[in-house]
Amino acid sequence: MSETAEEISHPDASKEFKELLTFFLAGEEYGVDILRVQEIKGWDSVTNIPNTPEYIRGVINIRGSIVPIIDMRLRFNLEKKDYDATTVVIVLSVVNEGKEDRTMGVVVDAVSDVYNVPIDDVKASPDFGTAVDTEFVTGLATIEEKMIIVLDIDHMLNAAELAVIDQIAE
Amino acid sequence: MSIDLEQFHETFFEESFEGLDIMESGLLELEQGEVDLENINTIFRSAHSIKGGSGTFGFMAVAEFTHDMETLLDQMRNGERQVTELVVETLLGSVDVLRNMLNAIRDGSDIDVDSVAEMTVSIKGILGEENTAPATATKAQVSGVAAKGWVVGFKPHIDIMKTGNDTVRLLRELNSLADTAEVTINNESLPPLSELAPEECHQSWRINLINGDVSEDDIREVFAWVDDECELTIESLAEEENYIGPERRDDDRRQKEPERRKTDRRINKPAESSSIRVNISKVDELINMVGELVITQSMLSRFGEAEDFNAATIERLKDGLAQLEGHTRELQESVMRIRMMPISFAFQRFPRLVHDLSSTFDKKIELIMTGESTELDKTVLEKIGDPLVHLVRNSLDHGIESPQVRIDSGKSEIGVIELSAFHQGGNIVIQIKDDGAGLNKEKILGKAKEKGLVTKEEGLTDEQIYDLIFRPGFSTADVVSDVSGRGVGMDVVRRNIRELGGAVEVKSTPGEGSVFTIRLPLTLAILDGQLVGIGNETYILPVISIIESLQVKTENINAVAGNAEVYRLRDEYIPIVRLYQIFGIEPVSTELDTGLLVVVEAEGKKIAIYVDDLLGQQQVVIKSLETNFKKIEGLSGATILGDGTVALIIDIAGLIELYQKDMAKVVPIKGGGIAA
Repeated sequence: MSETAEEISHPDASKEFKELLTFFLAGEEYGVDILRVQEIKGWDSVTNIPNTPEYIRGVINIRGSIVPIIDMRLRFNLEKKDYDATTVVIVLSVVNEGKEDRTMGVVVDAVSDVYNVPIDDVKASPDFGTAVDTEFVTGLATIEEKMIIVLDIDHMLNAAELAVIDQIAE
Repeated sequence: MSIDLEQFHETFFEESFEGLDIMESGLLELEQGEVDLENINTIFRSAHSIKGGSGTFGFMAVAEFTHDMETLLDQMRNGERQVTELVVETLLGSVDVLRNMLNAIRDGSDIDVDSVAEMTVSIKGILGEENTAPATATKAQVSGVAAKGWVVGFKPHIDIMKTGNDTVRLLRELNSLADTAEVTINNESLPPLSELAPEECHQSWRINLINGDVSEDDIREVFAWVDDECELTIESLAEEENYIGPERRDDDRRQKEPERRKTDRRINKPAESSSIRVNISKVDELINMVGELVITQSMLSRFGEAEDFNAATIERLKDGLAQLEGHTRELQESVMRIRMMPISFAFQRFPRLVHDLSSTFDKKIELIMTGESTELDKTVLEKIGDPLVHLVRNSLDHGIESPQVRIDSGKSEIGVIELSAFHQGGNIVIQIKDDGAGLNKEKILGKAKEKGLVTKEEGLTDEQIYDLIFRPGFSTADVVSDVSGRGVGMDVVRRNIRELGGAVEVKSTPGEGSVFTIRLPLTLAILDGQLVGIGNETYILPVISIIESLQVKTENINAVAGNAEVYRLRDEYIPIVRLYQIFGIEPVSTELDTGLLVVVEAEGKKIAIYVDDLLGQQQVVIKSLETNFKKIEGLSGATILGDGTVALIIDIAGLIELYQKDMAKVVPIKGGGIAA
């Protein structure tokens, strides 16, 4: 009896699972590793930073540290949308090889759900079809008939404009 | 039971480097001919601590090297050896070698074996070794009482290990004294395994030291730390020549040594020290302050419980809040003070530097240091070292003339370099003053023209000419020396000082010398800020850079070349910087006379920043933008205001650069440039 119960909760104990937090962005559902999520908060006003690209909305104060906020729609050249009641900021910790972890917030349309996905079920993404550059996509996962785009946040948030620290410092 | 010794490594290195500094300054005093027994003792003690520590942590190479130094110092201490220039020079050199060794071990890099060997040879040379053995021989050969060897009986007390001593280490050190060591172990009193407590020591040893030129004192020194925890007998081997130990264990010991060397290098710590030593009085002060704060807090909490709230209670509440504010500010200051360290940490390397360089240049220099106890932030302190070294080298190389030239021009043969530090306003001022020839205006101008730094020489004030030496790619040295004169110096000095939020300037009088003045903020963590409103944004200007704020008189505005505007303030024309343009902010108004101009200065350049409103002054805690984001041009950081929102702090020097870049683009200004 107990054996059956275990089998139900762990369909395959040998598989490795990954918990994903998913969110909506322009009608598509994206997932990030839930261990990287520090908090989810509603949209609040930010302090603009001069001479930065539009998708860097500004900085906010999270418990005493200055955290930049990035608008994901603008980042990927999606259609602009006014912030509403479901708009949230997901605060993520970003790992950068050889450096201290950084904290950044991303603005998304809405949070969706938390899924437990077997790592093997995340398939490499085809070279087309998503609004987000495939460069920043770890893979695609199918959950309950839905497709979820799993993002590589480290790559995405260390890329280009967001981490030019090294270049400026030469 | 094994203790992870690595956790103490950081402390060991810190103490060793401190010890080296003490040795160095002591030796420099000796060099000036003052043979002071107390001083020699101090040097000896430092060397001894380093030797002991490195032995304990298994850095045998360091221990062995220090041992030789110690022998030399010991002879000086006992009056057996004269303090000569050669001895002092050798010991100074050894301090350098030792410092390099410790650095190498800490950083996990390879020890420069050649320099160690070379120095060992010169020390041994002084010690009068007939056969100056190559340093690769790991045995310390010490002249002293000549005996064929010694029989050492070592019977530790049962509790010796509980006090943190390790008998194996003692034996290992003993082994390093002689060529051959034969060890007999006596296990007789060892209880059966079932009754054995692992922290008790039941063994005793008998060690035959053969063929090492070891004195009895050397052996006693090995056991110096456990003197009262063991029974020690030392007999000369002469009477027992035929004694042959049953076991020869030293061979495999020696094989283990190279392995140990490898493990020496494993530690990999960043070079900047991450801990500070704080004077206990500062901590006490902090505790007092917190006590006061708690009292005020409990007083205030009474108001929360008060039943009736009348005018009198409100008055008392106000008093309480004022008190709380005072305490909070004091507490903040005390906490900041913990990070403050005396500038002597940066100054202490200069006596040595000047000593070395004056012999390199054949100049006679006296170094005077004042205000060494002036305190400044640890971060600033660590970063100011290199610029200071550069400036001192520069004064020594270019400033002070050679003795002959000095005599010819009627000066004393000995040049004087004065290094002083003091507080002025909210700043630390460090001055490097020399009584040399002063800066040569013609030479500087000539060089600047040659390098294309200036096109015309008219209209430059003396200060502007002297300031040219801080420009990149400028060097007037006739001969490029390894000390200065590569033309990468002064601009780097200025840049480093700027990074610390400070400024450097030079004043010079021909024939009388030059003064370099460095101004630094007391701390990098807190800033007196002027809040200004621009559009819907709040920015912070460092109060220290503000000269004045004024309302615009339209008749004083002039347009230059179409789009650049300048403001005439008394006799000066100051460029107007419209912050909203540079930062791309939606302004409240573009009409200059509706807002205010804040005149600020950085590095001798002035600009007038146009803002909508002045909002008040407050102390702000500087937070880095780079922690989670990146450096933004024109901003030095951000802070969190009382309401929890973030305000950005303007970096005046950066803003001026940004403005100049903007002007250089010659893009017509949108929104209508104003011409008076």
